[in-house]
Amino acid sequence: MQHAQMEKAYALLRRCMELEFAAVEIRLYLDTHPFDQRAQCDFKRVTYQCMLLKPQVEQYFGPLENFSFSQENPSRWVEELWPWELVY
Amino acid sequence: MWIYKKMLQHPIRIEKPDLKIAKFLITQYGGPDGELSAALRYLNQRYSMPNKQAKALLTDIGTEELGHLEMIATMVHKLTKGATPQQMIAAGLGGHYADHEKALYYVDANGNPWTATYIQAKGDAIADLVEDIAAEEKARATYENLINMTDDPGLIDALKFLREREVVHSQRFREALYLVREHTKGGRYYPEIQETKDIFTNTTNITPDDVLD
Repeated sequence: MQHAQMEKAYALLRRCMELEFAAVEIRLYLDTHPFDQRAQCDFKRVTYQCMLLKPQVEQYFGPLENFSFSQENPSRWVEELWPWELVY
Repeated sequence: MWIYKKMLQHPIRIEKPDLKIAKFLITQYGGPDGELSAALRYLNQRYSMPNKQAKALLTDIGTEELGHLEMIATMVHKLTKGATPQQMIAAGLGGHYADHEKALYYVDANGNPWTATYIQAKGDAIADLVEDIAAEEKARATYENLINMTDDPGLIDALKFLREREVVHSQRFREALYLVREHTKGGRYYPEIQETKDIFTNTTNITPDDVLD
């Protein structure tokens, strides 16, 4: 990847990680407050943004889950770097 | 069923290898209050929880702990990258090198292997959730100790993040403990509580409700 392209790729990945983290955090709150409407609303908003962003991230890093969101080539699961190998 | 996500929960930025802190950090991988203990404790205790919220919470926190285990592994992996056997010996990791080369292994800061005796499952939701709150506080304290032992800003950032997660988990477990107590007040799920209540009311003026709340 070119430098500028790499910057963009990592920025998208970090944004995806932020959204995933927000989803995890709100999920835990909802576990003990399942009917909190504000938290339900936040949770839906964050998971929706996450869903929209993931195909863009996968263009650069390959599938993020073993059954991927986008129609990326499955061979990229093997070929791309693993989370402990990336330089964030 | 679990699905692996090819991303860390929080980015790990390690500037330079540091074997000395790696030796201590490994305790959060395979030590008594580490992430492996946490994940296995919660994912195992959820089957005997009486209420919906506690089952959901133990599942979700247990899963998050597996993500934290991966963060610790990534830190140790990056901190030990490129180290020579002589450098490992100098950092007090000679024994680790002899047994595991530079592979990760579930040990505490002194090299003791992980053991199931670090965790408990009592089949009593109140006993288990109190253990879980204590486990989170012990992990928080360990992260504070580790933060005091390094000046690497990238490492401190990741350790602060993990410390904060322990604080949140402790809070959620306290809420679950309250919910379990409310849920079991009628003695519907814990008939033995009714017996305990009789003992209390027959011998003292204190009721279980006073003690619990």
